[in-house]
Amino acid sequence: MIGALTLIFCFQLLGETISHLFGLPIPGPVIGMLLLFAWLSLRGQLSEGLERASSGLLDNLTLLFVPAGVGLILYIDQLREHWLGIAIVLILSTAITIVGTALTLQFLQRLPVLLSHKRREEAHE
Amino acid sequence: MNNLIDLWGYLRETPLFWLTLTLLTYQASAWVIKRLPDWPVLNPFLATTMILVAVLLITDTPYETYIAQAGMLQFLLGPATVALAIPMYRNVTKLKQMLVPLLVCLPIGSLIAISSVYALGHLTKLSQAMQLSLLPKSVTTPIAMGIAEQINGLPALAAVFVLLTGMVGTLIAAPLLDFFRVHDLRVRGFAVGLSLHGIGTARMLQISQEAGAFSGLAMALNGSLSAVLIPLIVYFLG
Repeated sequence: MIGALTLIFCFQLLGETISHLFGLPIPGPVIGMLLLFAWLSLRGQLSEGLERASSGLLDNLTLLFVPAGVGLILYIDQLREHWLGIAIVLILSTAITIVGTALTLQFLQRLPVLLSHKRREEAHE
Repeated sequence: MNNLIDLWGYLRETPLFWLTLTLLTYQASAWVIKRLPDWPVLNPFLATTMILVAVLLITDTPYETYIAQAGMLQFLLGPATVALAIPMYRNVTKLKQMLVPLLVCLPIGSLIAISSVYALGHLTKLSQAMQLSLLPKSVTTPIAMGIAEQINGLPALAAVFVLLTGMVGTLIAAPLLDFFRVHDLRVRGFAVGLSLHGIGTARMLQISQEAGAFSGLAMALNGSLSAVLIPLIVYFLG
């Protein structure tokens, strides 16, 4: 468990180092995640400790966002002043993005099936 | 009475108080929500955040006092992000099976996220600073703040919009996807991760490991792509 946590922290540190060294806009933890994913894929196996450490961190991941979420308290006045415009943009564009992405992916996923159906129909004619 | 005020003055300055209150509120909300009739709209993150905002306002406690103590939780976000590699690795075969559709869908989803904010921002006549700070709202906070800085938005405000997007999104995602009959957990996970970054991913992980894996991947890819796309779009569209 401690070994697994050490590994996770090392990958974060590695990610932070790469991000700073090359002045990348991508934050260290995201780079660390991609590197750990690459490393696990190369190694081809997952230790039990790593499984436990990750579920410890991820099972209640939403809890970790609470302190940042409470930070909206600092902007309550600005938000109140422009609330209608902000609400319209936030709600509508978030809804459009979720639905648009989901339907696009669903369509792409079914595309090969649809195409092979069409080909079969054409062959029948 | 004086003793009580003294006690309160002491408690709210000890490092333990706000951290413990955050944990207790989270546990209590989770407990209550579990016992309510199935209502996908409510989640412990949203409830806890709202309750704590209310408590800080009522007790007139500055955010600095709160974050100095509860910031410990925020620190764990870094390693938790790295740990997302594990559900991704566990679902690597499923990710590979869908690799081509995922990679084609990614730029389309990113562009939908950016252009919808752009169009709606113009329509509602929000100020330039507001509009620019809203642009990276589907991107994970640290990337979003970097983008906002680069395009002359306000990084701190961008971070608030990212959070609000996550909150609004976790409210509407499930009913919307049900309405449009998207039932595949992989598709749901990817769409939520792309639109709602870490908050959406955290929510997906509570539903299934598989959805969480697709969500985490979408978050990382969309964050990286947007860091390039948004400054370019702002540069060309002005």
